[in-house]
Amino acid sequence: MRGFVIKRLLQAVVVMAAMSVIVFVGVYAIGNPVDIVIPPDATQAIRDEAIRRLGLDRPLWEQYWIFVSNAVQGDFGRSFVYNIPVLELIASRLPATLELVLISVISATVLGVALGVYAGYRPESRISKTIMALSVLGFSVPSFWVGLILILTFAVSLGWLPAGGRGDTVEILGIRWSFLTLDGLSHIALPAINLALFKLAMMIRLARAGTREIMLTDTIKFARAAGLSEATILRRHLLKMISIPIITVFGLELGSTLAFAVVTETIFSWPGVGKLIIDSIYVLDRPVMVAYLILIAALFVTINFTVDLVFALIDPRVRARRSA
Amino acid sequence: MTDVLPSPGTTTGQKPAADAVSPLARFWREFRESTVAVVALVVVVVLGLLALFAPLIAPQDPYDLATLSLMDSRRPPGFVGTGGYTHILGTDPQGRDLLSAIMYGLRVSIQIGLAAGGVALVFGAALGILAAYLGGRIETLIMRIVDLQLSFPAILLALVLVALLGQGKAQLIGALVAAQYAYFARTAYGAATVERRKDYIEAALATPLSGRRVVLRHLLPNCLPPLIVVATVQIANSISLEATLSFLGLGLPVTEPSLGMLISNGFPYMMSGRHWISVYPGIALIILIVAINLVGDRIRDQFNPRLRR
Repeated sequence: MRGFVIKRLLQAVVVMAAMSVIVFVGVYAIGNPVDIVIPPDATQAIRDEAIRRLGLDRPLWEQYWIFVSNAVQGDFGRSFVYNIPVLELIASRLPATLELVLISVISATVLGVALGVYAGYRPESRISKTIMALSVLGFSVPSFWVGLILILTFAVSLGWLPAGGRGDTVEILGIRWSFLTLDGLSHIALPAINLALFKLAMMIRLARAGTREIMLTDTIKFARAAGLSEATILRRHLLKMISIPIITVFGLELGSTLAFAVVTETIFSWPGVGKLIIDSIYVLDRPVMVAYLILIAALFVTINFTVDLVFALIDPRVRARRSA
Repeated sequence: MTDVLPSPGTTTGQKPAADAVSPLARFWREFRESTVAVVALVVVVVLGLLALFAPLIAPQDPYDLATLSLMDSRRPPGFVGTGGYTHILGTDPQGRDLLSAIMYGLRVSIQIGLAAGGVALVFGAALGILAAYLGGRIETLIMRIVDLQLSFPAILLALVLVALLGQGKAQLIGALVAAQYAYFARTAYGAATVERRKDYIEAALATPLSGRRVVLRHLLPNCLPPLIVVATVQIANSISLEATLSFLGLGLPVTEPSLGMLISNGFPYMMSGRHWISVYPGIALIILIVAINLVGDRIRDQFNPRLRR
């Protein structure tokens, strides 16, 4: 087991190193960031000074080396646009994204499992067929379009909910949260629904497939023979048995939803990390782009590592196969 | 999909005569049994024809700036513009006839979807089959990279690549291919490792046939069915991804609006009640994507041995 952990850890480090090179070279190959930090009518002297100050006159490998040695100490440089340390900038935007993602993924899971179990328990009923047909729509329809329709319906036509922004926030431990105020909740509703719909479709399919499979097993037959009520069987036995794949997917989805929030945040002007990265791409704010991408890569590497580790703990066959 | 499986006994596959017809004809006969899928296929074909013949049937050439008039901009559906004809779906902020713009937009979207899906199919299948055929270190290397990429959301990858490569059709297709080839590689690899161990491949390898011939004539054709399924889904995905990127302002240049771009153009006007500019291109986009997915679902069911009758 220890050999497996070390091997996977080394792989994770190699992946991170490769990602940092790709991201750094990729981002630094585009455009000239000097143009966004100095006014267009600046003299050549000011221009040269700016280039020197940003370290852009040095060879690429040297810039990369400086970047990496700073990055491992937690210093990703300063944003060209906001002129504050990038990490601070991202950290200040993170709570908004986190609360949005958590609310959507949790509600999608709870609702998705409920609907999916029903659809799997009564596969022939009309409601189940409707649920499944809608879940196909949830998969096919692009997320940004759903966002537009939500705005058009609930914000423009009905005027029930605001179309953008975070609304009132409450400060707890120095961080501002929206979900604790009524106004904040009304602001988070539409983006959260938007983000949750796709996940909901997936959770429904997952729960339905699991339920259909497990309802045929001996466990359920014996539970029925023992005279347990259907409700108890569903609650106590079925839910327990379908929970393992659902928890795994839940973990994986948290990561990808964080990344996917880019689209939703842009539509609803939700001031989170996703909106930040889109804005940074528009204005070529390189340090922010690099830091964001590296952090996202680190997040995914960590998630994959954890998942592999958990699977290896549960299933000895994985250990033997993967370390071979 | 919740296709209703036909009751046993109505299947054509059980008749001895069915064995005589070509596989393609038999495939079609089975496909026809699902009304939903046939309707979806008809929709895809009609949209494809609309896109193909857009220059002949569209009331206006939306790329020709000379025919556009700002007088006509943002008019509601049914408005008779300076051109003297009715704008059935209204006009957009540039004064383009929305119906024509949607037809041309379909053209761009389908073009991008087919090109990106096609290149990703060829590239991904080649990588996956090579990995399975060669084995050893190359296999490990290729599949590690593919798995790593699959754990990243495609949208993020495409977003970053478009930002890095810049705007333009070729760049956009490149980004979409890079974001999607891994799905094909994984599928091809899975199918090819299974086929590779079967006797007929071993037998072919034992003959003096060149390795290239064995791969192209024996291994590849037998890996095609799952790849075709993935291809339909990925073409729909490419179209959806392209629309998303264009909506975020990172897709194609404004001069050749795709459906995503049209939706994006109308977005700012939505708040003031001019919803048609975004809504109609969006409906066209969704009909296209859902129809392709439904056709793909049907093909998947037909290839699925567990549902085979």
